[in-house]
Amino acid sequence: MKTATLPNRGLRILCPNGHLGFAPSRRGSFDHGIEASPDIVACDSGSCDIGPVPLGMDGTASPLSWQRHDVEMMLLGARPRGLPVIIGSAGDTGTDSRVDRFVDLVQDIAREHKLPRFKLGYFYSEVSRETVRAKMAAGGTIAGLPGRADLTDAELDATDRIVAVAGVHPYIKLMDMGADVIIGGRSSDCAIFAAPAIRKGYPEALAYYFGKVMECASFCAEPYGGKESILGEITMDDVRVTAMLPEQRCTVASVAGHAMYERANPYYEHFVGGHIDMRDCVYEQLDERTTRVTGPRYVPATDLRVKLEGSGKVGERYVGLVGIRDPYTVQRVDEVIAWARRMVQERFGSEGYQLSYNVYGRDGVMGMLEPLRDKPGHELCVVVQAVAPTREMAEEICIMGTRQMFYARLPDVKGTAGGVAFLLDEVMPASPAYRWTLNHTMPIDDPMEPFRVHMTKAGV
Amino acid sequence: MSPASRPLSAIAKTIRSKNAGVDHITFDVIFPDRTSYDHVRASGALSPAAVCRVFGIARTRLTDHVEFDPAFAIKFTIARESGSGTLGDGDLFGSQHYAPLIDIQIPEPAGN
Repeated sequence: MKTATLPNRGLRILCPNGHLGFAPSRRGSFDHGIEASPDIVACDSGSCDIGPVPLGMDGTASPLSWQRHDVEMMLLGARPRGLPVIIGSAGDTGTDSRVDRFVDLVQDIAREHKLPRFKLGYFYSEVSRETVRAKMAAGGTIAGLPGRADLTDAELDATDRIVAVAGVHPYIKLMDMGADVIIGGRSSDCAIFAAPAIRKGYPEALAYYFGKVMECASFCAEPYGGKESILGEITMDDVRVTAMLPEQRCTVASVAGHAMYERANPYYEHFVGGHIDMRDCVYEQLDERTTRVTGPRYVPATDLRVKLEGSGKVGERYVGLVGIRDPYTVQRVDEVIAWARRMVQERFGSEGYQLSYNVYGRDGVMGMLEPLRDKPGHELCVVVQAVAPTREMAEEICIMGTRQMFYARLPDVKGTAGGVAFLLDEVMPASPAYRWTLNHTMPIDDPMEPFRVHMTKAGV
Repeated sequence: MSPASRPLSAIAKTIRSKNAGVDHITFDVIFPDRTSYDHVRASGALSPAAVCRVFGIARTRLTDHVEFDPAFAIKFTIARESGSGTLGDGDLFGSQHYAPLIDIQIPEPAGN
């Protein structure tokens, strides 16, 4: 990979988006970023925030057209200038099919715009159940991350798809093989940026911190505004990060604040091969829009482990919607739900399906964590979800669990012509229900072990 | 006459929550300056015991509680009952759980 590093400056990476494709990147700040002469354009495209459904179904949470928009913007900004492009965790989940889809996208766009030929590297992150089972059989513990028990055979059997979260290693390998553009499977966000920096010889502590601060693009700037580009520069001594949207600034407060974002603890970032300790980071305002950071420490791992994310199917799902306006019924919504559950139970028994009620206007968002559960609003929306082995069964349970709320028998209700209000007299098919079955780490002998790298070409 | 207390939302610059992985939700309360940060810290209104009371959870579900000086921030993390997106989870991203913090009353500093 050619990086046009100038003397007296470090390695500059332009990041246009904290989750490529999830919402389209903004164009203006990206163009400013390209003018600021980056050496690489990079971002990640995945997250486990989107829940277990896309991974389990091997689907995606974002429209292909948005993914195409962002990939096209990056390629057309970078390739005519000969700049490398790196995209990690392709297509929300980083599964093999999402990597293939992004490789196709890159080839399509390169052909359409007649980009000069370049080497396109990619790697897969999926791990089979058999691989994990073999590890367990050989005595390896698939250790639960905090709050999770170690993996059991039963929980592995309940899993449909697993991805391993890559560190810098497959990226460095592909750069060594000469890749100009890299599409990564599931990866640590920070590895995407740390890999080219480590390969160039910058200190690991700064390189991983560089990745940590860059990976959410403009979320480390203020005022708040996502999907805008930022430019980061790593030197032998520090990391500097600059907002590319004229209205935004990377300040000590915004950059330090971002160190906390989406993590249980602001001081540590873990990845394959170790972690960084950010307790002694020093943040300084360098100019109006740039903050400089020094002082992270790199702590190599004593044993090599890779994080696994796994999702397992619970069943087919239908959704029903119910409105409640009578204040008497609002106060007794739990009795109404209990009635509907009892009717379902009389027909289907109490096992072999799941029925769930979210009561919006009371505690639909937070459930038992809601401090105001005893103060419902003047009207409620109850979202009914039924999950069962077949679509037919899920639909029937959902209809019954929804419609029977209409017939609930409250002792003193004035309205005797129907106890609830319907938006629709039907229930709606939804994605099947999945759950996170793996949030674990697996011992490995080599940091490349779960990852398979490939090289192809794109352009004309 | 100045009020004896103000809501946290009148003092903090940012009050937010978000998933920290699939099994935890983390909360960040960020203050505009050292004075307000120190004042709220000293008040105990966001102490580990206080935030557990707000959400009605046992102390064991609070997995982290950090006062993060570089950002003038108080940060804490709670374990979810089950993983994000489990049937019935009403906040896939954990991004609305901060709401009960907004109205926490912070006593005014003595002498104000």
